Amino acid sequence: MQWEAVIGLEVHVQLATQSKIFSGAPTTFGAEPNTQACAIDLGMPGMLPVFNGKALEMAVRFGLAIGAHINKVSVFDRKNYFYPDLPKGYQISQLDHPIVETGHIDILLDNGETKRIGVTRAHLEEDAGKSLHEDFHGMTGIDLNRAGTPLLEIVSEPDLRSAKEAVAYLRKLHAIITYLGISDGDMSQGSMRCDCNVSVRPKGQTELGTRTEIKNVNSFRFVEKAINHEIERQIELIEDGGKVVQETRLYDSERDETRSMRSKEFANDYRYFPDPDLLPVEIDDAYIERIRETLPELPEAKQARFQSQYGLNATDASILAGSREQADYFEMAAEVAGDARLAANWVMGEVAKFLNQHDLDIGRCPVSAEALGQLIQRIRDNTISGKIAKDVFEAMWAGEGSADEIIDKRGLKQVTDTGAIEAIVDEVIANNAPQVEQYRASDDAKRGKLIGFFVGQVMKASKGKANPQLVNQVLRQKLDS
Amino acid sequence: MALDKNDLNKIAYLARLEIAPENAERVLNDMDRILDFVDHMQQVDTEGVEPLAHPIESRQILREDRVTEPNQREALLANAPATENGCFLVPKVIE
Amino acid sequence: MDVRKLTLKQAIDGLSAGTFSAEELARSWLTTIRESDSALNSFVTLDEEYTLAQAREADRKRTSGEVLPLAGVPVAYKDIFCTQGLKTTACSKILGNFVPPYESTVTQKLKEAGAICLGKTNMDEFAMGSSNESSFFGPARNPWDTDRVPGGSSGGSAAAVAAGLAPAALGTDTGGSIRQPAAFCGITGMKPTYGRVSRRGIIAFASSLDQAGPMTRTAEDAAILLNHMCGRDPWDSTSSSEAVPDFTAELANSLKGKVLGLPKEYFAGELDSGIADALDAARKVLEQMGVTFREISLPHTHLAVPAYYVIAPAEASANLARYDGVRFGYRCENPQNLDDLYTRSRAEGFGEEVKRRILVGTYALSAGYYDAYYRKAQQIRRLIRDDFLKAFEEVDAIFCPTTPDVAFRLGEKTDDPVKMYQEDLFTIPVSLAGLPALSMPCGLVNGLPAGVQLVAPHFEESRLLNIAHQFQTETDWHTLQPGQKGA
Repeated sequence: MQWEAVIGLEVHVQLATQSKIFSGAPTTFGAEPNTQACAIDLGMPGMLPVFNGKALEMAVRFGLAIGAHINKVSVFDRKNYFYPDLPKGYQISQLDHPIVETGHIDILLDNGETKRIGVTRAHLEEDAGKSLHEDFHGMTGIDLNRAGTPLLEIVSEPDLRSAKEAVAYLRKLHAIITYLGISDGDMSQGSMRCDCNVSVRPKGQTELGTRTEIKNVNSFRFVEKAINHEIERQIELIEDGGKVVQETRLYDSERDETRSMRSKEFANDYRYFPDPDLLPVEIDDAYIERIRETLPELPEAKQARFQSQYGLNATDASILAGSREQADYFEMAAEVAGDARLAANWVMGEVAKFLNQHDLDIGRCPVSAEALGQLIQRIRDNTISGKIAKDVFEAMWAGEGSADEIIDKRGLKQVTDTGAIEAIVDEVIANNAPQVEQYRASDDAKRGKLIGFFVGQVMKASKGKANPQLVNQVLRQKLDS
Repeated sequence: MALDKNDLNKIAYLARLEIAPENAERVLNDMDRILDFVDHMQQVDTEGVEPLAHPIESRQILREDRVTEPNQREALLANAPATENGCFLVPKVIE
Repeated sequence: MDVRKLTLKQAIDGLSAGTFSAEELARSWLTTIRESDSALNSFVTLDEEYTLAQAREADRKRTSGEVLPLAGVPVAYKDIFCTQGLKTTACSKILGNFVPPYESTVTQKLKEAGAICLGKTNMDEFAMGSSNESSFFGPARNPWDTDRVPGGSSGGSAAAVAAGLAPAALGTDTGGSIRQPAAFCGITGMKPTYGRVSRRGIIAFASSLDQAGPMTRTAEDAAILLNHMCGRDPWDSTSSSEAVPDFTAELANSLKGKVLGLPKEYFAGELDSGIADALDAARKVLEQMGVTFREISLPHTHLAVPAYYVIAPAEASANLARYDGVRFGYRCENPQNLDDLYTRSRAEGFGEEVKRRILVGTYALSAGYYDAYYRKAQQIRRLIRDDFLKAFEEVDAIFCPTTPDVAFRLGEKTDDPVKMYQEDLFTIPVSLAGLPALSMPCGLVNGLPAGVQLVAPHFEESRLLNIAHQFQTETDWHTLQPGQKGA
């Protein structure tokens, strides 16, 4: 039987506010346990939540970026359950009146087509703390630093049909939130966390199969693996005559498998109700328009502009627009270089290659966009050849200085003095009589191929510094005459 | 609306309250009386009435995004029944 | 010095005239409490050094020329207000050793006005009760008859003020917890408009209803204290931005031309005839002062108590989830696992009434019942509020009994929670509507105080204080004090 997977993602994004969503405690990652949790975060008696306006603004930014409906009245609810990392015994979240509803995100499929993925809703809520299991001799330690960090939970429609599509959606989402500057999107630090709802059904069937939810998937790679693993598990289970149980599963990246989380004696009943400590959040059109005006250019718009403004093809433009940092880097390099196409090639070529080798992202590239632009300028003004430029780039990466400094220090400046080149050409002609003979006996088409030999000899003799165009010109003059 | 012991156990577990078996009967009885009393609400038709969550209908005021709370860990942990290395201690949590 | 008869106003005047120092005053009250409170159990925490240190500081400031409006005035705080460095328990075992590292906004405001904390008063556990009998520290008793309850939940505050153990006290009122004990003990108690006083640092019972207010001997004292309690708090989202007037400004206004409403539903079957007579007499006094009365109807009154006993327990079930034995408060011995830690700490730490309400609230919010209970109750809440708003189109304020009967005997209603809940049938509708209301003494029935309740439109506390103060200039019910046993 042919099977089809149906996937929906729930993504929790930590918003990059300075202070928590309901308190004035800081949100910095990695501090000593419980040093960033104030009385409100700890749910101390009599402490009350006060909503951070920046979190609201960020949520609205996101909603506008995905063409969603922004609710002018949104309401915070209490979601009740007991867990030691949840200090108040309830999480403040939004159920019936989320801030953002019905938007969409477009993804690019492998076949070059665009697919639209629905976003059901995005709501604001507070993050929980952390349970620490090591170093507490059989007990569990509770660190509430993370408690109260603002989260935007973004829920997709079950529109995704493969792990690849899920990853494409996640990457696009990542690009959007980082473009908007509402989160650092760092999955390794938990700034973006993904729960995957997965079910399978026979191809052609409209009715949905029973789904499982995989929690705790914290990298693009693991999302792909976890979903693929879960699809296989479900298909195997059904084909063996079993039934998928609706449950929560945990992805174990070390074993590359999902396993069932211990089911509770009673199913959870979260008893949502409007939080009486908070009032309805009301915004007006003026507020929304003010935010709309500050929206940056988003990935799709940027890609389109790269194509029209710089004459790049769709694939290159899409790669370069893939993250805001990369796009900014490219544009800066192109501006300094004065040649966008060349800049694009360099960013996707040498720069990407080096970043990959050193496992760095472009934000930490040791060669700045301006520096790269200057290097490209030296190619364009014939100071160095493209080949030499690669050596210079390597030296720049190693911190040896700017392109000009390295070119100077290493004496890599191209020889453009016609007299000097003529002298070398004369020498090469004198030393290669048989080849000269052959060249002169050939027709134009053949000569075009044979000239390469002489160019190579001249370049070799000049240690690569002779200007190739000039060399060509002088050679033709002397050989053809 | 009569509750049975299963209902009571379920509610008690949601509220994380242990009810001693010898008290269950009495607790059930009290709850039944309260719920019977509360059911007087059903006397009135409230079709179309918007629920009122706060007596003064007002809007949420937004806080400026500023860090105002310095680290006060020692003071805040002073009331905790058990701590170690700046963490609250609980019996092992199994995931 | 016998301080028992001193009002807040007299204490302020005596302090500024130099008749006594703050330390002398505090010592006198502490001595009085020591001598008399064993019969009343109105205080649960006294820390003489804590109080005297504040008194000495007040004296020092006064000597150095820094004059604060309440400098050196002692006030008793219900044990639900968090006081930094002083045990705050909500009279629950689960918070038996809790020492807050912060001060509630309202007590902080009083502190900044110069007031000093005389001690923490007894109350029903987590303010859940109408008799003070659910306190972990045992019931407070009514100074008019110590076999009777002082009312609740702010029973300790009411008993202390009535017995002259404090010139004034703070209470909180969720469904009547200031007004009912004020009526039972023969003092003046006011619940301000919901949102007038910050709830920050007040241990929560039901967030959409809880409101702190003054409990004093006179309306004038209530106005003075209220002047230093109100205002927008950036750390309480539900606190109001409404401008805060000087609540003493209108006290002297004439009542001529004022129209008071008599809600017919409040004068029906449940009302004790003695109380009805006392209210009738009070009405005549006010009529002589130029007030006219008009019958009004608040047709949804009978639904208020049922709706309240869904809304308040539902909110409480979530508000009290934080008492889990992890970060503060009581933890059971030797928890075997996480669920054991939770279920036993909470079962052992909470009293019966609190557990009952948590269970009812949990049930009312649980899957399948939300619409029938919680949503329905919130709809009724709107009907009740709209009844009042409509009535206020015709009248300036409402005049009605605070309680259906005078103080009852200890143990009389503990077996039947529903009977106990009915105690608050005249105060609960007002709470659901978030309106300001005041109870003041208007007579004695068989030697026990009867209270009249005045209710005004939102944020019109001044109107209530004006009516009450004018009434108190013409009558002396508010000056009566219980003797010892049996008054």
